[in-house]
Amino acid sequence: MASKAVYTRGDPMLKKRDDFEDMLEERRISSDLRFAAKCFMPVLYKGLTPCTPDTLKSAALHSDPVNYVIHQVAKETGKALDDVRAEAEAILDEMAHRLQLSTVRFFAFMLSKVFKTLFHSVNVNEEGIQRLQQAIQEHPVVLLPSHRSYMDFLLMSYILYTYDLSLPVIAAGMDFMGMKFVGEMLRMSGAFFIRRSFGGDRLYWAVFSEYVKTIVKNGYAPVEFFLEGTRSRTAKSLTPKLGLLNIVMEPFLKGEVFDVSLVPVSISYERILEEALYARELLGVPKPKESTSGLFKARKILREDYGSIHVYFGQPVSVRSLAHGHVDRCQFNLMPRHIPARPREETVHFVNNTAYRLVRAQEENSVLKPWVLLATLLLQKQEAPMTLDELTERAVWLRDLSRQYGAFLHWPDQMHPSEVVSSSLALHGGLVRVSEGRVHLEQAGAAEAASSPEDQLLSRAVLVLSCASYRNQALHVFLRPALVASAVRATSSARKVEVFDCFRFLRDVFSNEFILCPGATMQDFEEACYLLEKTGALHVTQHDMAVTKRGQKTLDFLTGMLEPFLQGYLVVCRFLLEESAEALTQKSFIPAIRQFIIKHLLQGRLTQLEVLSSDLHKNALAALLRLGAVRRAQQDTLRVNKVKLQSVEDALGGKLPPPNVASARL
Amino acid sequence: MNAAHFSPQPYDSYTLSRRQHGSSMASGSDGGSESQQVAQQRLRIIAGHLRAPADSGSAIVAAECKAQGSEADAVQQEKRTMPRRRQDIMKWNGWGYSDSRFLFNKKGQAEFTGKRYRLSGMIIPGLKDWFESTFGASLQHKTPPTPLLNNNAVQAPTLNEPFVDDLKSSGIPFSHDAEDRVFRSHGHCLHEIFAMREGRFGRLPDVVVWPNCHNDVVKVVELACKHNVCVIPYGGGTSVSSALECPADEARCIVSLDTSQMNRILWIDEKNLTAHLEAGIIGQDLERQLNESGYCTGHEPDSMEFSSVGGWVATRASGMKKNIYGNIEDLVVHVKMVTPRGVIEKSCQGPRMSTGPDVHHFIMGSEGTLGVVTEVTMKIRPMPEYQKYGSVVFPNFEKGVACLREVAKQRCAPASIRLMDNEQFKFGHALKPQVSSLFTSFLDGLKKLYITKFKGFDQNRLCVATLLFEGDREKVLQHEKQVYDIAAKFGGLAAGEDNGQRGYMLTFVIAYLRDLGMDYYVIGESFETSVPWDRVLDICRNVKARIVGECKDKGVQFPPLSTCRVTQTYDAGACVYFYFAFNYRGLADPVHVYEQVEHAAREEILANGGSLSHHHGGKTSSRGFSFASRERSYACARLNVQDLCDTMTNHKHNPNTEVCNCAGVSVVVIIILILYVRLAGQIPIIFLILIMFPLPNEVGEGLIIGWLYKITLSIRLSHNLPCFYVSNLQKKKKNETISKISCASKIK
Ligand SMILES: Cc1cc2nc3c(=O)[nH]c(=O)nc-3n(C[C@H](O)[C@H](O)[C@H](O)COP(=O)(O)OP(=O)(O)OC[C@H]3O[C@@H](n4cnc5c(N)ncnc54)[C@H](O)[C@@H]3O)c2cc1C
Repeated sequence: MASKAVYTRGDPMLKKRDDFEDMLEERRISSDLRFAAKCFMPVLYKGLTPCTPDTLKSAALHSDPVNYVIHQVAKETGKALDDVRAEAEAILDEMAHRLQLSTVRFFAFMLSKVFKTLFHSVNVNEEGIQRLQQAIQEHPVVLLPSHRSYMDFLLMSYILYTYDLSLPVIAAGMDFMGMKFVGEMLRMSGAFFIRRSFGGDRLYWAVFSEYVKTIVKNGYAPVEFFLEGTRSRTAKSLTPKLGLLNIVMEPFLKGEVFDVSLVPVSISYERILEEALYARELLGVPKPKESTSGLFKARKILREDYGSIHVYFGQPVSVRSLAHGHVDRCQFNLMPRHIPARPREETVHFVNNTAYRLVRAQEENSVLKPWVLLATLLLQKQEAPMTLDELTERAVWLRDLSRQYGAFLHWPDQMHPSEVVSSSLALHGGLVRVSEGRVHLEQAGAAEAASSPEDQLLSRAVLVLSCASYRNQALHVFLRPALVASAVRATSSARKVEVFDCFRFLRDVFSNEFILCPGATMQDFEEACYLLEKTGALHVTQHDMAVTKRGQKTLDFLTGMLEPFLQGYLVVCRFLLEESAEALTQKSFIPAIRQFIIKHLLQGRLTQLEVLSSDLHKNALAALLRLGAVRRAQQDTLRVNKVKLQSVEDALGGKLPPPNVASARL
Repeated sequence: MNAAHFSPQPYDSYTLSRRQHGSSMASGSDGGSESQQVAQQRLRIIAGHLRAPADSGSAIVAAECKAQGSEADAVQQEKRTMPRRRQDIMKWNGWGYSDSRFLFNKKGQAEFTGKRYRLSGMIIPGLKDWFESTFGASLQHKTPPTPLLNNNAVQAPTLNEPFVDDLKSSGIPFSHDAEDRVFRSHGHCLHEIFAMREGRFGRLPDVVVWPNCHNDVVKVVELACKHNVCVIPYGGGTSVSSALECPADEARCIVSLDTSQMNRILWIDEKNLTAHLEAGIIGQDLERQLNESGYCTGHEPDSMEFSSVGGWVATRASGMKKNIYGNIEDLVVHVKMVTPRGVIEKSCQGPRMSTGPDVHHFIMGSEGTLGVVTEVTMKIRPMPEYQKYGSVVFPNFEKGVACLREVAKQRCAPASIRLMDNEQFKFGHALKPQVSSLFTSFLDGLKKLYITKFKGFDQNRLCVATLLFEGDREKVLQHEKQVYDIAAKFGGLAAGEDNGQRGYMLTFVIAYLRDLGMDYYVIGESFETSVPWDRVLDICRNVKARIVGECKDKGVQFPPLSTCRVTQTYDAGACVYFYFAFNYRGLADPVHVYEQVEHAAREEILANGGSLSHHHGGKTSSRGFSFASRERSYACARLNVQDLCDTMTNHKHNPNTEVCNCAGVSVVVIIILILYVRLAGQIPIIFLILIMFPLPNEVGEGLIIGWLYKITLSIRLSHNLPCFYVSNLQKKKKNETISKISCASKIK
């Protein structure tokens, strides 16, 4: 199958990955000014018809699809054609990028300075760069970086500039436009802005999608956007958004270009700039609106050490080969291509599957730092802090396990493990404290005696959630085995079919929480079993599976990985069962459940602070909606189907065999 | 009701003249009349690319089918371009005349042998470099064909003795000589020619028959039905759809029915501008003979030197000048076809009918699966007074396509307008014969300098449209200006007549060139499609890129030649023609690789909204998809004529469609006709009758006839199995989806 190119199954240990080069090294020894003023001659797409940002705009504005919608809108609303066209033009003005090399050079200079102070190194796989260069010449390219920080797209452009590759045109959220000056700067460095929501605004959609398609068709520049749609506050990959992916694939599906290359890019930060910010946000402390002044406050940030960054440019994926055998392109033959039409189901599936595979590719190529493993271990042992030695020993164990599971771990093997551990702890001094030889998950030197128990709880939760955001980076490595492990633990019998049923149920429930490719239940199960068996944790025969003796430790660890999520979902169920008498709306859901959880935590009936994460609440609600245990009624109120919800809760709690909800989706 | 059907058309509408002519038109023997002059000029033009053999002459002959073996017939035989033993003048394992071929001479220069063509005897200096650099081929690496036909490699014929005996007694000439059979065992698909060159023969026809006229065909078909023998009609043998291939697993005796001896113009009707032709007449003879009387059909497929009227009808052929004259479906007025169930033809020559589906559309494109087309009435036109080539250079292909689109929009397309892409332009350029004078080469240099340096055209992007104008001198010049004005709007520069003419020459010699390529490890073929205007650019780009990509994937060691031209324009779209060739050194099974790539290319065409074919017909090598489309068509084809009649009668009887056994159906027909007239005039009365006498099974006016008709048919016609080969498509799986069928717009 062609899709192998994105997501290869089989033995993860055999995965071959490129080496990294530190691009700051060169910056530290040569002049930044010269770097910013260097001769910039990127290779171009071979079919490119050179054009300026303005001709691009007018090409989009006068394109058939936009014209068509303008006429439709004019006819339906009774507005004058010119008025509608003016509207379209205004949309385009608000949206369009104005890439200017001079601005880019300015950024190149500034960022060189900033990066050098913030980071030890910015590592890039140069082979990936070479592949990208090749791809840019052959076909229109779409860059799909993971999104963890505001930094991401500046960093991307900076890298491309450094390696003399055409600068991307980047889809950015409108919220940046709040910062007048910065917004314009970004626009001039290649960003274009889209509204976060434009509901049923056909004109907006037409103008926007045509603008992007024009760029793709023309091969003007690589298009860059974030599949996840927004920065992931939890460092878990988010369920991909399909809108833009649909748009960039359409020129290929409609035959307007021979192929489109999708390049997943994984950006891994050793320490995320927005770390504590995110945790607060998840706990319901409102997010500070992005404003220029806010950014300046962030100057404080500049004084800290953020470790290193790894950027991995994945294998370009040809949409053509992905689509082969999955999409019948003839479907577009019987209608003029500029008339918007609902895509066929197979096409929707295809785009969805592709999106998942690309996010998986991002996950697989993201680099894990030792700290990620430490955070994982620390979170699992919150109650009984480990000694440094214990921690080191367990870290080494986990290092080996994660390597066997195919993690892209950057563990400095030349250093002694204890050194590795201590230097990692030092870098994340804001989250851990070593006292009396034991490692505590605590803010160093913070004395919070004065505040209320609730405040104490919340400030500890900030810590835990920050820490969890590091653990989450490794989730994708352990997720599938962890699901199987939980399934094994939940089913008392050793029958493989029963374990599979349970696995399928869990996988289904958690499919809003984690990136689980739709329709890949069987493969995921087999892959996980394979890994567990290979590492000696499970003994699998044709019909049965049994946990081996030394496998208990692994299974403990793996189930521990899922524990917070399981608890979280159970709490959500409980909440809905107990408290949903009054009219609960989607809006009031989050604050209400937060209060509910805080109450329980304070009463000591709950232990996991992580269950306070609003991200988890949202995902759980979405899952329950999907499973039909909750229904959206009028005015956004939520109606609970108690019987169903109860059965989900029971199954999650391991009281009953999994209900057959899974089949609803399969 | 037109009764003319029953009595032979009087010949006096055309004064028969048995005129001899030589190819040297200077003879001027009857140059007095105006039309003669026109004819001669016209001939000179045609002779431009197709010079006829000097000694050949033919005449328009009255329709009687001569008694076999009479002396007159023997004389006649001499004068025909196509002898029974085709192999005497034509290659059995390549294209065209034996005396004409490309070769690299001892100096390594390309030359074209023989005397028949403008290019004959000339040195083509640029070809070698182009050939070597395009394909990575080398003159050192040769792959010559098996020189002689090895009779031992030929399977012995499966003869059906009773059939042969009956055939003998009918006096129709036939043969089961190995050479005759081999010659008729293939068309001109790559895999067919490749096998011939290697001396590999598959299943061959067992007997070749040469009927002399319609009645002979009727006899042959009758005998075939009687003895359970298959018949494959053979016209010019230029098929590129594998339709002439014999199915390997056919156990019955296969007869190749060679129509070459049915090659007369039976009459010309100057009042209605039609000519009645025997189906075996080949394009060059037809045009030459019509030209003598001042007419032409204007139907010029690139294969017109050898392809026959019957073949055109059977494959829905398209001529280069269709903009003026139309494609074969526009040109055909009447067709007579012998089917296993009798002869089918319309009863009139009216220009249009609205009574039910047109039976011609069953016949056209049936590729010999329904029966043998024996006679065709085609439209003719007075010969054009003036003809002029032209060409326009565009800075890039996009501009060129936009220009063609505009020309089509304004409906001012000249007789022919084609847009070659950059690769094909270079290809055409490589075929420039050695220029005799220093001056011309100097001029060429200047022209090139002007276009590339002064006008800033990129040599690797520019492309050329070739034009052919025809008509009154005045109008042509006017028309020419109009077209050049449009071209100028799209950045086009007029580039002279020479370039234009050379462009057309390329398409006439391409098949000879393929043979040259095959001598040096290069194989190739063409395929074509029709596609809506807005997708022309996309399809060209994507199909070419797909070919290149697939070649790489399939292990072809050298980049292939992958080029296209927009070769016809229509109101709603265009016909795009692709050439694809590659150097197969290092490949174990080049033909298989070729077919895989072609298959991919066709898939790409379908995905980009193109039809499977514009004029080449359904290709067996494009199995996967075409079978959906073919299946449906051949579902029709398979109806065989009984079913066909049923279908027609069951819907609504079409009185203009008669299915008659060769003799004595007239009574039935007359009853039917009378009934029809009554029906047409007196429908209310019929309804009354209907109400009063409920009929078994069928209700409704047309159905009464259908019912009556069926009875007579079953009484009168032979009910034997159809002996026609539903090509080799019959066996193909039916599991393709309807949606696929609809992708292939050409449902055959
Ligand atoms: C170099 C080259 C250029 C070509 N250019 C063109 C072109 O410009 N336009 C175009 O349309 N085609 C073109 N063709 C394709 C081919 O010439 C046409 O399909 C042509 O119409 C075939 O005619 P034919 O007489 O050679 O038929 P054949 O090749 O002998 O037969 C073709 C099919 O028709 C059937 N058939 C033949 N005669 C009869 C008959 N009397 N009654 C019933 N069935 C019959 C045969 O059984 C067979 O299935 C080209 C082919 C070549 C090799």
